[in-house]
Amino acid sequence: MAKELWKGNEAIAEAAIRAGCDCFFGYPITPQSEVPEYMSSHLPKAGGVFVQSESEVAAINMVYGAAGAGMRAMTSSSSPGISLKQEGITYLAAAELPCVIVNVMRGGPGLGTIQPGQGDYFQATRGGGNGDYRTVVLAPSNVQETADFVQEAFDIADQYRSPVVVLADGLIGQMMEPIEWRPVPKRQLPAKDWAACGKKGRDHTNVINSLFLNPEECDALNQRLTVKYAEIEKNEVRWETALCQDAEVLITAYGTPARIALTALDLLREQGIRAGLFRPVTLWPFPEKALGEIAAEPHVKVILDVEMSSTGQMLDDVRLAVEGRKPIRYLGHAGGIMPTVEEMIEAAKTALKEAQ
Amino acid sequence: MAVVYEKSRGLTDAELHYCPGCHHGIIHKLIAETLVELDLLDGAIGVCPVGCSVFAFKYFNCDMLEAAHGRAPAVATGIKRTHPDQAVFTYQGDGDLASIGAAEIVHAAMRGEKFTTVFVNNAIYGMTGGQMAPTTLIGQRATTCQEGRTVQQAGMPIRVAEMLSTLDGCVYAERVCVTDIPNLNRAKKAIKTAFQKQMAGEGFTFVEVLSTCPTNWGLTPVKAVQWLRENMIPYYPLGVIKDKGLEVR
Ligand SMILES: Cc1ncc(C[n+]2csc(CCOP(=O)(O)OP(=O)(O)O)c2C)c(N)n1
Ligand code: SF4
Ligand SMILES: [Mg+2]
Repeated sequence: MAKELWKGNEAIAEAAIRAGCDCFFGYPITPQSEVPEYMSSHLPKAGGVFVQSESEVAAINMVYGAAGAGMRAMTSSSSPGISLKQEGITYLAAAELPCVIVNVMRGGPGLGTIQPGQGDYFQATRGGGNGDYRTVVLAPSNVQETADFVQEAFDIADQYRSPVVVLADGLIGQMMEPIEWRPVPKRQLPAKDWAACGKKGRDHTNVINSLFLNPEECDALNQRLTVKYAEIEKNEVRWETALCQDAEVLITAYGTPARIALTALDLLREQGIRAGLFRPVTLWPFPEKALGEIAAEPHVKVILDVEMSSTGQMLDDVRLAVEGRKPIRYLGHAGGIMPTVEEMIEAAKTALKEAQ
Repeated sequence: MAVVYEKSRGLTDAELHYCPGCHHGIIHKLIAETLVELDLLDGAIGVCPVGCSVFAFKYFNCDMLEAAHGRAPAVATGIKRTHPDQAVFTYQGDGDLASIGAAEIVHAAMRGEKFTTVFVNNAIYGMTGGQMAPTTLIGQRATTCQEGRTVQQAGMPIRVAEMLSTLDGCVYAERVCVTDIPNLNRAKKAIKTAFQKQMAGEGFTFVEVLSTCPTNWGLTPVKAVQWLRENMIPYYPLGVIKDKGLEVR
């Protein structure tokens, strides 16, 4: 298939339409506004529904309504807007409604910057809303993967009746790249016989609800969710490695920094330093076991985690996976500044020296 | 024996949990009857609020979604836009609709979303134990204004039906109450008109129902009805506030 030049945000929207998205609800925020812009024009032509909501709070609740009535529903935003969606996300998780939520992350905290960031890792993987819940988090590192993941996200959501987050960043959203509209794996999906779409002759009412005042009932919901999350952890965890087989310094990174790291690996190896990359592709479920095993290899002397975050957020998961078996160093910037290849090379060399 | 009165098919057999003298149950009945009489029940999708009517999904014999506090109009937007031929309604209290969900209701009305909102104004936060609502009257006591609401502290109560009627997308707004048979009949007619206009695709339709909360008003059911008549109706006048169809004619 021929490659086409696509801007990340427009590819997100087009991918959703190709995946059979029935409806999109969104609110403008940089650097994701091209998603609702594209949707406003193209989704109705494909037979779908577009509404520009009054706020991100409203957008995610429109998703709740449409998803609850059995539709393939989606919203997208960027960091401050995703904060406003957290209430809706915990309700969606509790009511077990499938939907796709795209976060084209910018730097924070607060209003932050409109430049790329990765400061929403905790919010995405720990659940920014209240209560015990998880959302699958897919972290693409280029426009091709973003287009693929958005399409797959709808199937994953439907399979598990769960919100799925595609966690991109401002660079991916704004960048143009040649991509291919290649077929993504399709899944066998259960019928949405639970949807509150009108009885139409059904002998019982369908109810979408997240209120369980009776403690036993609320506990039962939590048990059910726990079983589901264990299933997702078993089936859906994904990661990628590069040059890990003999790496003495192991870089961990996701999204844009992982892509920058690939260049750093080559240059480090030219200088005789054996560097490898471990890239989590799903941030939840986190590839804890895979990372732990590689980190335990005797050739790995030190781990260098790199993120577009000042303090390091995925760093916590890296630590949990490595379990203190190897030293871990951190390189990070926030505020829209991306870690450079040179910085990574410097940090890798320093980390290795300190470890020896 | 001839059947003189039957529970509406629009309601399930679940036992209502409302306090004695509470009007929520009566208002449920009017909606249920309307859905049956207009032959809309089978396709109807309702959205219940957070408030005393949070369990309305147990009572209406149609598919229901329970929304986050105040967000029912956004939830209903997502449903109606993707199910344009089906009857969709929200059922919301005054804390839910006029306070935390003020943005959602205003914008649904502005967009002219083709669903019906039944707004139950009891001038108080019933479920959480009688705190002040945006609709609490001046001088009325509530647990967060124990000497009575003052203008200085909380401003004047909001008249939602009048406010929404200023929006072009709102084609019908009426305020009713269910304190006696004539008013009950008017309320039923208002709800029916709202659903008819919804199904005719005219726009957003709104029925505000003044309602009692004997428990949190600290009154007997009979005294509560009297209090509603003497205090609420003067500030919240009954009647059709907006009927776009009539304006055109
Ligand atoms: C986000 C959020 N804030 C607060 C609450 C607590 N809460 C539950 S019901 C309610 C008030 C409901 O009052 P109203 O809408 O007037 O309904 P009523 O009970 O009077 O019928 C509040 C504040 C909540 N559930 N969610
Ligand atoms: S607390 Fe008030 S509104 Fe709630 S059920 Fe009792 S009387 Fe009705
Ligand atoms: Mg109330």
